[in-house]
Amino acid sequence: MAERNPGCDLDLAWVENSYINLPSVQRRAATLTSSRTVKKQWQAAWLLRAITCTDLTTLGGDDTDGNVVRLCGKAAQPLRHDISASLGDWTKELTVAAVCVYPSRVPAAVAAARKADNKYGVAAVATGFPSGQYPLSTRLEEIKFAVASGATEIDVVINRTLALLNKWEELYAEVQAMREACGDAHMKVILGVGELGSLTTVYRASLVSMMAGADFIKTSTGKEGVNATLPIGLVMCRAIRNYHERTGFRVGFKPAGGIRTAKDSLAWLVLIKEELGNEWLNRDLFRLGASSLLTDIERQLFHHVTGRYAAAHELPMP
Amino acid sequence: MANKSKSNRLQEIFDNMEYGPALEEKKILDAWLADHNGKFGHFINNEFVIDDNGKFVDSIDPATGLVLAQTCQGTEEDVDAAVKAAAAAYESWSKLSGHARARHLYSFARHVQKHSRLLAVLESCDNGKSIREARDCDVPLVVRHLYYHAGWAQLLDTELHNWKSIGVVGAIVPWNFPLMLLSWKLCPALAAGNTVVLKPATNTRLSALLLAQIAAEAGLPAGVFNVVTGGGQLGSQLASHALVDKVAFTGSTEVGQLLRRLTAGTGKKLSLELGGKSPVIIFDSADIDSAVEGVVDAIWFNQGQVCSAGSRLLVQESVYEEVLKKLKKRMQQLRVGNSLDKTVDMAAVVSEQQRQSIEDCVNGAREEGAQVFQVDAPTGCFYPPTLITDVSPASACVVNEIFGPVLVAMSFRTAKEAIGLANNSIYGLAASVFSERLTLALETAKHLQAGAVWINGHNIFDAAAGFGGYRQSGFGRDGGKEGLYEYIKPKWQPQLRFSKPDLDLKTFGSQYSADRPSLKPRADAGLATVLASDSSSLPRVDRTYKLYYGGGQKRPDANYSRVLRDPSGLAFALVAEANRKDVRNAVEAAAKAQPGWGKRSGFNRSQILFYLAENLEQRRNEFVDHLSALTGESESSAEAEVTASIERLFIWASYCDKHGGTVQETTLYGTVVRLNEPVGVIAIACPDTAPLLAFISLVGAAVARGNAVVVVPSEKFPSPAMAFHQILETSDVPGGVVNILTGDRDHLCKYLAEHHDVQSVWYFGSLAGSCFVEHASADNVKRTWVDYGQGRDWQDAQQGAGEEFLYHSTQVKNIWLSMGDIYAN
Repeated sequence: MAERNPGCDLDLAWVENSYINLPSVQRRAATLTSSRTVKKQWQAAWLLRAITCTDLTTLGGDDTDGNVVRLCGKAAQPLRHDISASLGDWTKELTVAAVCVYPSRVPAAVAAARKADNKYGVAAVATGFPSGQYPLSTRLEEIKFAVASGATEIDVVINRTLALLNKWEELYAEVQAMREACGDAHMKVILGVGELGSLTTVYRASLVSMMAGADFIKTSTGKEGVNATLPIGLVMCRAIRNYHERTGFRVGFKPAGGIRTAKDSLAWLVLIKEELGNEWLNRDLFRLGASSLLTDIERQLFHHVTGRYAAAHELPMP
Repeated sequence: MANKSKSNRLQEIFDNMEYGPALEEKKILDAWLADHNGKFGHFINNEFVIDDNGKFVDSIDPATGLVLAQTCQGTEEDVDAAVKAAAAAYESWSKLSGHARARHLYSFARHVQKHSRLLAVLESCDNGKSIREARDCDVPLVVRHLYYHAGWAQLLDTELHNWKSIGVVGAIVPWNFPLMLLSWKLCPALAAGNTVVLKPATNTRLSALLLAQIAAEAGLPAGVFNVVTGGGQLGSQLASHALVDKVAFTGSTEVGQLLRRLTAGTGKKLSLELGGKSPVIIFDSADIDSAVEGVVDAIWFNQGQVCSAGSRLLVQESVYEEVLKKLKKRMQQLRVGNSLDKTVDMAAVVSEQQRQSIEDCVNGAREEGAQVFQVDAPTGCFYPPTLITDVSPASACVVNEIFGPVLVAMSFRTAKEAIGLANNSIYGLAASVFSERLTLALETAKHLQAGAVWINGHNIFDAAAGFGGYRQSGFGRDGGKEGLYEYIKPKWQPQLRFSKPDLDLKTFGSQYSADRPSLKPRADAGLATVLASDSSSLPRVDRTYKLYYGGGQKRPDANYSRVLRDPSGLAFALVAEANRKDVRNAVEAAAKAQPGWGKRSGFNRSQILFYLAENLEQRRNEFVDHLSALTGESESSAEAEVTASIERLFIWASYCDKHGGTVQETTLYGTVVRLNEPVGVIAIACPDTAPLLAFISLVGAAVARGNAVVVVPSEKFPSPAMAFHQILETSDVPGGVVNILTGDRDHLCKYLAEHHDVQSVWYFGSLAGSCFVEHASADNVKRTWVDYGQGRDWQDAQQGAGEEFLYHSTQVKNIWLSMGDIYAN
């Protein structure tokens, strides 16, 4: 594990003097994917890497321990056994990075993870997920509950109201309190980018979250109208890079929401490699929040080992 | 079960997360080359014409060094055959309806789309550029230009009904974007009803041949688009062919100058899109990370082999270190490699010769003590992304176009200084400005001397916005409505084909002469208004015509005079005989006055021009008398000339605030503003016909659009124009905007055409003088407008005040304003 980001004092001048030019960002995001591609064994290896960076997620009102435990099974064994065998035995050891569930489902997930030797983490969303429109006291309570239930990672949401009103001091204080409540559990700070209105606000919220001690910054809850898009990811990665350049601390990045295809996952890996470098290309500093992504990756790997295209029912469902 | 070594390799990649090669296939290209046995002739009349006994040269893939095919070295006979084919085809093609030509161009576009991958792969192999850029930029722009101009073919008769096609176009294009740049010439030429003979660059000939084949497949009639291949000499042969009516060139400033001299005095229309040393200005108010990406697009696109490459980086001092640090880091992410690899950012440069030339420039900078920062590049015909710092404004690498992936960086303190540094160049092709402050970015764009200014971006192109330069970056535009004017001429104009007049360019106009006193003065000289009828016993009050420049009457430097004679040979007046020093002074005054005049609102300029008309009206009788006494024309004819002059002033006053530009409908999300900017200082030599009307028609158009002029009135009848200076003075025309020099037209034009601070010369005189002006203008690539001694009817609305006047009075700048901040709620 890399050294955790301890945060730093809120540097308001830096936050408020930052501007993001959307058309330029869109242009760069578009050429990122048209100028890089991985084929054949490179594609297979990269997809395997994507699996290990995945936070396999279920965040439904209808979640029960039953579907959460099944998800944990997929987390521990993401690939059909014969596909793994064809790729090489070392791939049988690969798991996703974590499962991501609501706080009430944490005990079941923790139990399942323990059976799999805790090869993957258990992440809980908290702090009034997804809206954050709750009192700070109850939001912090949720963190404490999840941590006490055994969650190793907490995905908190920021108070978008504060971000939209440029109340950066207050936001900084809230996120700091959340970090404190997390204790040893790693904190991923969800910005809810679809509700921030402008990329400049996304960039500023990213900086404030990192200054307040985020271990990761994460795009979205998956519940907003706009979630993880490459231009947004590009802006957040640049915030991470600039924060690292100024403070020396590495903060992780987690896009979440709308990442469904193997091709999507490769685009995100390319973005990380180009903007942050190989150091970030592992589960300590990069996560893909996804629910159905694994199935498409498995489909591509099926093709890689057999040369044929698989039918949907041939691939294990999560 | 898994193959052990494969599995290990997979794990190795899983661990190091490196990219692998992703090569574009070239099987179809190989098949096309094989169809032709790897040997290509010219493409004339929709057929490949090959002479097996001719000379052939290898077309080399610079990335691999392998020979792709052989193409022939054309001869003058080949050029002749192609031009004659085009001339024959012109007879029918030019007579087709606009709709029929539109259908042809539409079909052509469709076929290019259907063969787009083959074109991209060929372009990549032939030029060395990355397949990604060929696929995502070059070929889509070819298609876009075809569609856009299919539309112009359809609309030409309605939108440009006072214009017509020219004839055979000789197009000469360079190797950096062989297909794209040829389409920039071909599409407007064909849309307007011209036919084309194209000479592709020596290094990159194949894609033009493939495109011609596709055109034939698409049903383009034989002879409409012909391709001849060969060396540089072939270009000259094409440009000087008697049946070629227009030469369209993109390439180096040096060759552009050569073509200007070659075609001088022949009547051939010429457009030149030449070199550049375009600035990239980054303000501290920019989104710095995005600005760094803008720099990547500016200088490392197409290995920096782009006319509009942003090769001079100007960064506000407060963020200079930060920008350079980020840039160096970004450079390390650039991948340089095989052209057909889909994962490279930069591929091969076009030839070993070009690579060597880039290297020489960079070594020169090293020797001057500059810091050179480079990242890795493969061996072979590749050159690494390069950043040069610690340079002086006079360093060769700062001044000269390198045409490679080499960026020089300098800092500035204020916007004014940035503009000063940016404009401190012989070139003026393009520029970019990075700032999140709209007021700053727009004002900067306004003051940059460049044909294209991108705000928060660089190297963005579209068929709907013309591309082309100010200053020594050339004249004429490729694309947009503004680009069409290069391929059409006024409907009233006859064919202009002249054999180059025989004149000694060294001595032409160099003679200074003046008159001696005349013993035969005209009794009423000085005009009736001056001479009091009841004081005939007194000497008349002398009427003095000095030179007029800088807002005042100036005695001529040499203090000689010219005697004007009336039709009966009697001395009518003395006017000053100006020389080169007067030219120097007048141009200086004009250059000083022009920026302020150009910056005034159109409303303000129009008020002044209307006022000129008002004041001329008041003195109508004086000018009628003056004209008829001097020229011998009837009073009614003089009356008509003054009346027309007043109307002309109304016309140009009206255009002061009605020709500022338009919005270009490009594919950019945002607004592209076309500004019709002043050309600058325009030298005007007036004809002897209609001495007042021609003077006013020409000067009025120029000053209406914000230019300052140094004008030589009719050599034979200069006094009406000189008398007009009083009207200029009483009508609030600022000093230096209109400067009038009397004397020997060709003598003065010599020094005006040779003056580097004159941006354009309008010459209405002899064929020899026209030839001289065009020839001399090559040195600083002036625009010219000459009449080849043909004359025109100044009373005619089209000939005396047509759209042509506005075209010559303006140069187009396109400002690209991308927009967007909204992406979600």
